Amino acid sequence: MAEKAVKSRKKPKMKYSLKQNLIAYSFILPNFIGFLCLTFVPILFSFILSVCEWDAGNASAITFVGLDNFRAMADDPTFKIATKNTFIYTLGVVPATMILSLLIAMLLNCNIKGRTFFRSVVFFPYVASLVAVGVVWNALFHPSNGPVNQLLAALGVENLPRWAASTTWAMPTLILLTIWKNVGYYTIVYLAALQGVPKELYEASRIDGASPWQRFKNITWPMVTPTTFFVVVMLTIFTFKVFDIMYITTQGGPGRSTQVLVYHIYNKAFISQEYGYASALAMILFVIVLVVTLVQFRVEKKFTDYL
Amino acid sequence: MESSKLLRKRNPVLYWITRVLLYGALLFAAAIMLLPFLWMLSASVKLQQDVFEFPIRWIPKEFQWENYSIIWKQIPLLTYFKNTAFLTIVITIIQLITSSFAAYAFAKMQFKGRDTLFLMYVTTIAIPWQVYMVPQYIMMGKFGLTDSLFGMILMHSFTAFGVFLIRQFYIGIPNELLEAARIDGLSEYGIWMRIMLPLSKPAIATLCITTFVTEWNDFMGPLIYLSTDSKKTLQLGLRLFIGMYSADYQLVMAASVVSLIPVFIMFVCLQRFFVEGIATSGLKG
Repeated sequence: MAEKAVKSRKKPKMKYSLKQNLIAYSFILPNFIGFLCLTFVPILFSFILSVCEWDAGNASAITFVGLDNFRAMADDPTFKIATKNTFIYTLGVVPATMILSLLIAMLLNCNIKGRTFFRSVVFFPYVASLVAVGVVWNALFHPSNGPVNQLLAALGVENLPRWAASTTWAMPTLILLTIWKNVGYYTIVYLAALQGVPKELYEASRIDGASPWQRFKNITWPMVTPTTFFVVVMLTIFTFKVFDIMYITTQGGPGRSTQVLVYHIYNKAFISQEYGYASALAMILFVIVLVVTLVQFRVEKKFTDYL
Repeated sequence: MESSKLLRKRNPVLYWITRVLLYGALLFAAAIMLLPFLWMLSASVKLQQDVFEFPIRWIPKEFQWENYSIIWKQIPLLTYFKNTAFLTIVITIIQLITSSFAAYAFAKMQFKGRDTLFLMYVTTIAIPWQVYMVPQYIMMGKFGLTDSLFGMILMHSFTAFGVFLIRQFYIGIPNELLEAARIDGLSEYGIWMRIMLPLSKPAIATLCITTFVTEWNDFMGPLIYLSTDSKKTLQLGLRLFIGMYSADYQLVMAASVVSLIPVFIMFVCLQRFFVEGIATSGLKG
């Protein structure tokens, strides 16, 4: 909107003087130099690198190999496992976090005492360091001594899950940790959206005798749909670029059960130093993020026509 | 709200049932979020053999405060602390100044190539760092900036996100105000300094907090870049500590508690800005 306003005022007589241009550039320059060298150029460089072969041992030998790096992925079992795991992680985290955060936001949006307290408590895990939180999580879910399993044992559960120590339970454990840590952030996002829903809508529906479920289905849910899109896209991108949760808690193990895409990029780039191949893997991440963003733009327009 | 008052009069039983359920659900959620932290606190002042005592004794028989002094001797935790504080403070300051400076030109000035440049900035916000971290690392290596705190500062100080966030806020400041200042003879730099900065406190607070929390908790950046022990950050150090003393849960928990304190203080004091920042801009995830 503001952009339009500026444009319409831009009359031909506003030929920017050299001086004005220079002053404007001087404002941008300090940030721009850093941005250009450290973000923009590396992004361009990563496209080039993805079609090259370059092993760090031989720094001068950067050679163009076309799509070889991408073909090599077909014969890379770890890549396949890592991609599969990333998708499983995304499916485990995104819907659950979205639903839970909307639920908690709706509770917080009721007429309650101590809203600030509850809101802060729910949000705090989001700002807590993952290393600290991860180590507590590992302790709580320790297969033999952890309070969680001791509690389950006390409740008479047999065949206690071995959580992060077993190939079947490791990923669900990390999914749980991720949901727990991030739900507060999206709760705040939803809460802001809920507070923007006009009260008159609810009052009108009450006069019509609508049930709480009808009120949710016909008012709340449609009104927060744009927020839901935002939340889902943010969460999806977040889950596709996940790395540190795995590195900190399970190191991608046991076996390769919690290997994810970025973990594989990290290993290829910084452990075995295959820069070209690692950059090609990074392109896969880039394409996934791009597709998610584009799909969101398309679908959101369709679904939010009524607003 | 109206509805609950109405319900309370008409059907007090139903009213109280919903109230109990509501608070029950909220308390349950709060407990799930808080208990891991309380367990951490409680374990940090226990003896090693009591950490996994079950049923959990939340308040230990005897407080082992020594745990908190031992950790500083086992590992150069203080050095890690200083490094992290240094990085966090310097990056936050540079980020604030350069971002708000550039944001002013993007929001309030006319110049050649403005829209193209801004598009460039916005596009890169959507690209995760993990996509270009490899070439960035190679380039930094060429300039001898890996394994250096200075390199870390350069890498994190100039984000497109910061420019975008502040620009969005600046757009809302009325142009009339700036025109008046120009007529009074204030230069563009003067306007930025005397008008824009003081008016944009909420945006600055939001950016400040985001940068602080991101830098304090950053793990992958330091993991890749910093290899010399004396340059490592708190999160890396904590990770090392956990690796070395994995059986000494009481020490690991004490170190974790210590690492959380600065962010906790920040959070308690400025939580209003955290919430407002997310509500208005949808902070970077």
